[in-house]
Amino acid sequence: MSLQSPVGKVLGLGSAGQGSGHWWTQRVSAVALLFLGLWFVASLVCLDDFGYASVSGWVSSPLNSVLLILLVGTVVYHSFLGVEVVVEDYVSHHGWKIGAIVALKFIHIVLAALGIFAVLRVAFGSAA
Amino acid sequence: MSTKYQRPLSPFMMYRFEYTMILSFLHRMTGCALSVGLLLLAYWLLSLAGGPAAYAQAQEVFSSWPVQLLLVGFSFSFFYHLLNGVRHLFWDVGMGFEKSTARASGWAVFIGAVVLTALLWVALLVGGAA
Repeated sequence: MSLQSPVGKVLGLGSAGQGSGHWWTQRVSAVALLFLGLWFVASLVCLDDFGYASVSGWVSSPLNSVLLILLVGTVVYHSFLGVEVVVEDYVSHHGWKIGAIVALKFIHIVLAALGIFAVLRVAFGSAA
Repeated sequence: MSTKYQRPLSPFMMYRFEYTMILSFLHRMTGCALSVGLLLLAYWLLSLAGGPAAYAQAQEVFSSWPVQLLLVGFSFSFFYHLLNGVRHLFWDVGMGFEKSTARASGWAVFIGAVVLTALLWVALLVGGAA
């Protein structure tokens, strides 16, 4: 049960019906990715080589594992928010629009789960 | 669909062409490209989690020239989207809307992305990592 009045629920939500939440989270995740993305690229450049030993050693250091998990989570979230807007802009048929957005959401969640699981597996040393 | 009402026209149908339009569109294009690039990121991490044999296989894929070319494209997309994203964040707080400023920042972002992409690949090749 909500104590909000019906009018209070609708005010300020705009034509999309979701208020400024989408816009705002897109910006916040963008700022986070500014740091995480530059860290990721700089780290790749600093690696001695891209061989298994160097890369898994780099991934399994605790700070790197955590930052990689944050990177995967944030980049997948930001990516979904972005492609969601693209679909909303270019797909006019309501059913296709909803279907495409739900499909993209599933794909993004699977990608996040795979990426985070992979990092954890390397981090906890359980990789074959 | 019936044309009962005079619908408003999309800006690209009314305005004279400006290169800033391309830059604006490129932000969306590079964003979509990077979304597709997430597949490669996930594949890279999963191959690492799969152990040395799986990773060696992925390394072969990543070092093939079509994928290397793709990676150059993704790295440009990354830098362009990042720099232009910062440009967007300045606009969001109401800065840099002056026509001359917006055009100059557009050029700065594009040239910056090309330079950073070049620097990245020089660093990777010199480092012997790529």
